[in-house]
Amino acid sequence: MALGLAALANACDYRRGALDPISPEALTIDILWWVFFWTSLFVLTGVLIALAFALYRGHARGKSSDTRAELTPDAALERRTERAVLAASALSVVILVALLVGSVFGGRALFRTPQAPLHAKVIAHQWWWEIQYQGKTDSDSVATANELHLPAGVPVDLELHAADVIHSLWLPNLHGKRDLIPGHTSHLVLRPTRPGRYDGHCAEFCGLQHARMELSVTVEPPEVFSRWLTEQRRPAAAPAAPDARRGAELFARGPCALCHNVVGSEASASAGPDLTHVASRPFLAAGALPNSPLNLRNWLSDPQAFKPGAQMPPTGLRADELDDLVAYLETLR
Amino acid sequence: MTTAIDALPHDDSGSRTAELRAELAFTWRLARGLRGWFSETSHVVIARRMIVTAFVFFALGGVQALLMRIQLMRPDNHFMGPDRYDQLFTTHGSTMMFLFAVPVMQAMGVYLVPLMIGTRSVAFPRLNAYAYYTYCFGGLLLYVSLFTNTGPDTGWFAYVPLSSSQFAPGKRVDVWSQLITFTELSALSTAANLIVTILKLRAPGMALSRMPLFVWAQLVTSFMVVFAMPSVMLASMYLAMDRLVGTHFFNSAVGGDPLLWQHLFWFFGHPEVYIIFLPALGMVSSIVVTFSRRPIVGYLPMVLSLVTTAFLGFGLWVHHMFATGLPQIGQSFFTAASMMIAIPSGVQIFCWIATLARGKLVLKTPLWWVVGFVVIFVIGGLSGVMVASVPIDLQVHDTFFVVAHLHYVLIGGAVFPLLGGIHYWFPKFSGRLLSERLGRWSFAFTFIGFNLTFFPMHILGLHGMPRRIYTYRAATGFGSLNFLATLGAFVLGVGVLLVLVNVVSAAYGGQPAGDDPWQSDTLEWSVSSPPPPYVYACLPCVFGRYALWQPGPRAVVEDMDPRQRQVLVTSALDAAPDHVYMLPSHSMWPFLAALATFITIVVLLFTPWAVPLGGVLGAICLCGWFWPRPPHEPLLAEQP
Repeated sequence: MALGLAALANACDYRRGALDPISPEALTIDILWWVFFWTSLFVLTGVLIALAFALYRGHARGKSSDTRAELTPDAALERRTERAVLAASALSVVILVALLVGSVFGGRALFRTPQAPLHAKVIAHQWWWEIQYQGKTDSDSVATANELHLPAGVPVDLELHAADVIHSLWLPNLHGKRDLIPGHTSHLVLRPTRPGRYDGHCAEFCGLQHARMELSVTVEPPEVFSRWLTEQRRPAAAPAAPDARRGAELFARGPCALCHNVVGSEASASAGPDLTHVASRPFLAAGALPNSPLNLRNWLSDPQAFKPGAQMPPTGLRADELDDLVAYLETLR
Repeated sequence: MTTAIDALPHDDSGSRTAELRAELAFTWRLARGLRGWFSETSHVVIARRMIVTAFVFFALGGVQALLMRIQLMRPDNHFMGPDRYDQLFTTHGSTMMFLFAVPVMQAMGVYLVPLMIGTRSVAFPRLNAYAYYTYCFGGLLLYVSLFTNTGPDTGWFAYVPLSSSQFAPGKRVDVWSQLITFTELSALSTAANLIVTILKLRAPGMALSRMPLFVWAQLVTSFMVVFAMPSVMLASMYLAMDRLVGTHFFNSAVGGDPLLWQHLFWFFGHPEVYIIFLPALGMVSSIVVTFSRRPIVGYLPMVLSLVTTAFLGFGLWVHHMFATGLPQIGQSFFTAASMMIAIPSGVQIFCWIATLARGKLVLKTPLWWVVGFVVIFVIGGLSGVMVASVPIDLQVHDTFFVVAHLHYVLIGGAVFPLLGGIHYWFPKFSGRLLSERLGRWSFAFTFIGFNLTFFPMHILGLHGMPRRIYTYRAATGFGSLNFLATLGAFVLGVGVLLVLVNVVSAAYGGQPAGDDPWQSDTLEWSVSSPPPPYVYACLPCVFGRYALWQPGPRAVVEDMDPRQRQVLVTSALDAAPDHVYMLPSHSMWPFLAALATFITIVVLLFTPWAVPLGGVLGAICLCGWFWPRPPHEPLLAEQP
């Protein structure tokens, strides 16, 4: 019963990745995939029928006659057999050439992309994603982490960089993978059509926390997206509540500010994710935990327990300090 | 010098034959005692050790796989942490590729090729022993480092810059790159040995066109080893230099390029798959012919398919790199090559099915493994055509779909035929029969367990599960299929365990097999089981493709001196007798040379001064190895 319920709960939230395309590119791949799938099923069925027939015929003959080896089989029969093999081989050549042509044209369609009005920069780090939307001026620019917001129906040009080792950006509902290689800059143009929340993941093994290097993609109507962008441009306000104020103090004085940036405060380092709007994000630590005040507190008390190997060191904060810090970070929406 | 006699070469009747056998047994006697254990060079003994060692590594790699499956059984599992998991998947991959698959296929070749081509030994028995010990030491190094928690953890492909000294400090990656050095040395030595053995030591009359398909497969594979290994040797040397003496081959900050590593690695890495897979095809051909009781349909297409696969195998390494964003026109070329390699594989599958259909089948266990091979391998081949397509590959690359694909081709394409081959040749190796009943049960468990484990992975990959992750969130919904896969892995484990039980119980209490339990066609079944150290009392002559099925009297080579370790050298194409060649006796030096290699490489983990040290040790060992033997009378062969 419990298992059944669990399975049901699973089914509701089950993601179908590449088989649930929401962009023309992913749709092209999806169609190509099903063409290959049905062709393969046809070939497999043919081979299995031939194999079953061969075993049946051979076995029947093996039982009925003596088992001495037959060195010179009947010539006419041999010719017919060889012709059958030749026909099967010729058919597989035809099928393969057809698939090849389909694949090449599919590939062309994939990279025939229009001019994109929106640009964003994705920088992969061990083990998180840095995302920058460039504006006309520096103050217009937005930096966020592990979440990518995209306007539906508007092509977006992603400029991809790797800060340390090779990573690979994989948003299965939107496009195929693209590696991020140190010393190489590459581009990926996305054209999402259907609003919703989708998952992304690093696909190239990049070290200890490769498993916890997720990226949440939110596709939303263009007007919602612009509202989000405006919201993200807003610097953090000084907190009003006393505990949050103590937390802000702690953040600026303590080790946090050595790595993190909060626009509108004194903290302006760039080694770790920008935290200006951390409380509005769906996840903590690139998918290690869902974002909630309790999870944030747990994370801050011992990051290595949730993401062993992550660059964030143990904080060594007291319980009351943790409370203050969480209160402050929760104001960063 | 060849005369037709009515007696089989192994027929003990007649005092002359008995006398000959006694002399040969003395000349080819095995070394005794502990020292003798290390100085033995008999190809039968060394190959047997190598097969056993490879299966020990197979078991270790299998246990690692089960541990990983336990970790992935449910979401957010805490069975092990990422550090342990990364070491396990790296060691699992490296073990299965470098310490199991390639060595075991070569070992089967070293054991069987001389028997099949009608000679007494491989061409260079001492080199063969050296290859075994180097391989053994390499495995030892990897496992000592794993058990001391310093196992390599950057994957069996060790992509830079993750494996550079900046991101992988310590000795873990160095251990991996030296493991590569050991396996290269071993594989190259064995490949050279097999090439010379096959081309120069075939029985008189065994022209290339009469060679068994298993020998063809070994020949083609050995050439592939010779061309593929230098590439990874170069790559691992660059990596070692980057890490050890501060060169910058792969450092993009100062003009190096991480993509260089990928090209060099996959130029070796992809042919490696065929190096594992082609000998397995040879085993399938042997089994199919024997149990169909008839010649293979399409001998020439089969041989051409092997050769074509070998050539194409070198032209598709870039399909591992589609996501790096190479130019499109280049990608289309590699897509085409990757798809076209399905043609020779298809031709061989069709030929085997046709042979079975036109044969008089004897449905013994080895043939069941071949049937399993055809089913699984065809599925793996078709998913291979899918990943050859750039658009599809961009989705499934580095996901569990590829994990499924590679296990379908490697377990289905190589391990199933190998286990079939073990069931087929075990009577020859040991003189005893395996249990048919246990054999069928082990096949059923392995086949069902395999598909339960790996089929769900196709779906997981398409739904978005990347490879090489030590855990996943519950919300992804990957839990149920992963649970199924773990369940399947244990069923598969039981199947492999049953094979082991069968082998061990047969080795100690199996029915005597006799020389030729399957009424096979190839020459190895004409000698006693297990074969004596000299293998053939008189070297056989060959008059057709299916030597033991040829009607009429057998012919053998006479007048070879039984007081010396002699083999007959024949011409490469037609196997016309040329001259008699004297093989060296057993010697401690190959072992010592391997030990010197081991010391050099281990010291190299810490300091470049190992290079001069290794030079000195190597020079000493080679002097000992090639020290002139007491002069003997060269025996020139008479003209045939």
